[in-house]
Amino acid sequence: MTGPLTLFDKPNSYIGRSVPRPDARRLVEGRGQYVDDLQLPRMIHAAFVRSPYAHAKIGEIDSTEAAAIPGVVAIFTGADLAEYVTPYVGVLTHLQGLRSPPQMPLAVDAARWQGEPVVMVVAQSRAIAEDACGLIEVDFDPLDPVCDAETALDPDTSVIHDDYDDNLAWQRVVDAGDVEAAFARKDVTVIERRFDFGRHTGVTLESRASLVEFNPSEQELVYHYSGQAPHMMQAVLAKHLDLPEENVRLVARDVGGSFGIKIHTYGDDIATAAAAKILGRPVKFVADRNESFLSDIHARDHRVDGRIAVDGASKIVALEIDDLTGIGPYSMYPRTSAIECNQILNLTGAPYALENYRAKGTVVFQNKNMMCQYRAVGHPVAMAVADGLLEDAAREIGMDVVEIRRRNLIGDDAYPMSSAAGMKFDDLSHQKALNKLVDLMDYDGLRGDQEELRGQGIYRGIGLVSMVEVTNPSPMFYGIGGAPISAQDGASVRLDAAGALHVASSITEQGQGTNTIIAQIAAGVFGVDMARVKVTTGDTATVPYGGGTWASRGAGIGGEAVLLAANKLKEQVLDVAATILQAQADELDIVDGSVVDLGSSTERISLADLGKIVYYRGNELPSDATPELIATHHYRVTDFPFVFTNGAMAAHVEVDTETGFVKILDFWAVEDCGRVINPKLVDEQIRGGVVQGIGGALYEECIYSEDGQLQNASMADYLVPMAAEMPDIHIAHIETPTKTSTLGAKGAGEAGTGGAPAAIMNAINDALQPLDASIYQMPMTPQRILKVLGKV
Amino acid sequence: MSEVVHINLTVNGEAISQTVPVRTNLVDFLRNDVGLTGSHVGCEHGVCGACTLEVDGTMVRGCLMLAVQADGAKVTTIEGFADKDRATDLQEAFQRHNSLQCGYCTPGMMASALEYVEAGGAADREAIRNHISGNYCRCTGYQSIVDAIVDVIDGRAAT
Repeated sequence: MTGPLTLFDKPNSYIGRSVPRPDARRLVEGRGQYVDDLQLPRMIHAAFVRSPYAHAKIGEIDSTEAAAIPGVVAIFTGADLAEYVTPYVGVLTHLQGLRSPPQMPLAVDAARWQGEPVVMVVAQSRAIAEDACGLIEVDFDPLDPVCDAETALDPDTSVIHDDYDDNLAWQRVVDAGDVEAAFARKDVTVIERRFDFGRHTGVTLESRASLVEFNPSEQELVYHYSGQAPHMMQAVLAKHLDLPEENVRLVARDVGGSFGIKIHTYGDDIATAAAAKILGRPVKFVADRNESFLSDIHARDHRVDGRIAVDGASKIVALEIDDLTGIGPYSMYPRTSAIECNQILNLTGAPYALENYRAKGTVVFQNKNMMCQYRAVGHPVAMAVADGLLEDAAREIGMDVVEIRRRNLIGDDAYPMSSAAGMKFDDLSHQKALNKLVDLMDYDGLRGDQEELRGQGIYRGIGLVSMVEVTNPSPMFYGIGGAPISAQDGASVRLDAAGALHVASSITEQGQGTNTIIAQIAAGVFGVDMARVKVTTGDTATVPYGGGTWASRGAGIGGEAVLLAANKLKEQVLDVAATILQAQADELDIVDGSVVDLGSSTERISLADLGKIVYYRGNELPSDATPELIATHHYRVTDFPFVFTNGAMAAHVEVDTETGFVKILDFWAVEDCGRVINPKLVDEQIRGGVVQGIGGALYEECIYSEDGQLQNASMADYLVPMAAEMPDIHIAHIETPTKTSTLGAKGAGEAGTGGAPAAIMNAINDALQPLDASIYQMPMTPQRILKVLGKV
Repeated sequence: MSEVVHINLTVNGEAISQTVPVRTNLVDFLRNDVGLTGSHVGCEHGVCGACTLEVDGTMVRGCLMLAVQADGAKVTTIEGFADKDRATDLQEAFQRHNSLQCGYCTPGMMASALEYVEAGGAADREAIRNHISGNYCRCTGYQSIVDAIVDVIDGRAAT
């Protein structure tokens, strides 16, 4: 062996190992603790009267009959709560020009989407609260709903907000190089398409849930939280309920899925907290599934006009997109509803060497449920548009879709570099990823089979996508724009008297395995068995300040903080050990729970003995020794706005041209998320993400009527991917660690969702090519496929 | 609406005797009145499968059955499977394969998996996928769940 062991190959290094999640056991035994599992003394339950109209003036509200039901504790209207809650506005200053009117937890003068909460009933049981809701008479005066984003800015369309002169929320233009000149060249082939991406939503199996306690004596609010960003919600609740921030505590235990859905500020949740404060007793609100569809944020809903020009050498010479999206009547607070559009502008074509790029984004208000960040924000749209155009261009010029990518993907030796849209890239591996994918899937073999089967009337298609994923965001994402959202995360690591480590971290667990990777990193860096590491996350009273888990930042940012804190503690412990052993600290190491001579496994003192001396028998230490057996460290990304991950994916599908049904035969993903901490967990993130992406590509759509009624707000009518339709998914990795951290981990949580729709769309269009048909509208339902085939 | 009925039933081997509103469904009764919160509520209309539990030997949706209909019945929930060693291998396989992420679908998914395994289902991936297609999981993409069930069937066949 040459040189000292590194962090990654020491004994006790769990980094790179598929360690099973220690906390999975209680979940398989039915001992999880989700918000709705908690029952508190004197707890009461909230239910809401929601607007049945997409747009309506609110007149008189008569709750006399409802108030008379035994068990009803209180009824609040929007005007009632306006006395206790200050309005919130979902804008960020760095998204210049973005506007949104002040919003209240319950609609006050007018309801602006079907499902907007209007009246809150608090009662001794949810059933009684619902009974009471049914007896409340609200005098709604329906107004003209603005539903179609396409016509939202037309002069004769009514304006949703009185203070505005039109329904525009935000607009942005990116213009790099000379796009006009490039498209005007005589030697280029130009492909132009319109892409439509339907609205869909997260469908977390545990719906949104809040249980809020308020202690009037201490003026303290405890919010039992099913979400991803406890410190952000602490700031939001404190600000709008007029409480000192330190008097608001967020506690997240088990979270039944989130995917971005539960990170936002919802009126019904804020109203629940307000009711707890007003009434001085615990109030629980758990959305039922209908409420989830009507009020959980929706995402996508973009119409993109795109065109691409490729030259005789098959090089992309220009790319242009025009994105239009409707976000509902407000921009969501505090992350805003312009981010998805912004990401599309930033990311379309980002894997490719591209000089001439123009992108326009238009975000409009409409009378539908609000839109905001959901897993893979903007990525499915950006990747499908760029790679859809690219594969079409390849077909047009008669070039293989792999070859055209090879000619256009940024070279693996080109980093660091900036994209046409200004994204800073480093440590990416598009070419390697594509090559690995082609091998993994046996691309050439599949092409051969495809040709043969076409002769038998079987239409199979192969579609690829090369992609980037925004991960590990810096303060440039939200903090710079004024949102109370931390981009840095912290970890505290403490050695106890028994030799165990306790780690408290500000990132959160929603099932990804956050707590597991924290333990893996801490155990390995410090030098103890993982079984001796206890992890706390989710509680603002006990964890360091930080952002939480979203935007694929948990492992990369939170993990690095754990690594740094564990390293620091190790140094502190070795200092103490050196004093006790009368040795030099730099000649000692910690292995398997013991202080040893560096480079050997000869135990000098066990951590348990060291802990006991420090905590119980400090008299044995010199009086000038000041042992610190706890260390805290924080970390943020500084050199880049984001640390990008890249990947390449492929789908193999068969289209039944009689029924329009698509069968996914196979799916492959090659991902470069830098250093892989736990391969099993990363693979499962990618698989779950791919399936979520398949949902958006083939099944999931929030279908609205022309007057803004959501027509499929139940799980029977809104289709999600189920086991029978899903393929096994093959995964391979490339590991190019990011140089921004010691750990080298980039994010991986959203890659599948971001890439899969493009691969599926391209595969379907590849299958349909001999029939001269193609589809650019998601979800690609059987009906829509039959339509492009001219059969319906 | 507020009519109540007294019911007697056995839940995970324990005799329960309680008064319930007639409109309370079985899963709400088990969660809120008996305190067994292992069974989860995902959709309340029988589609998602999170509340799947066993009543008199049959796996049912706890949200599609009223508590009063369980009068005299023998009910087993995820907590019961955990206590009685009946599903130990399945639970271990779910952990080994990371067949759960957020864990919210897991109680219902395990009930359906157990039903398949105990009925002598084959270690056939497509058949397993079909069987668990009444249980919605947003996190895993299902593959690891199929892996776990295959493992358990192979394991039981070998012993």
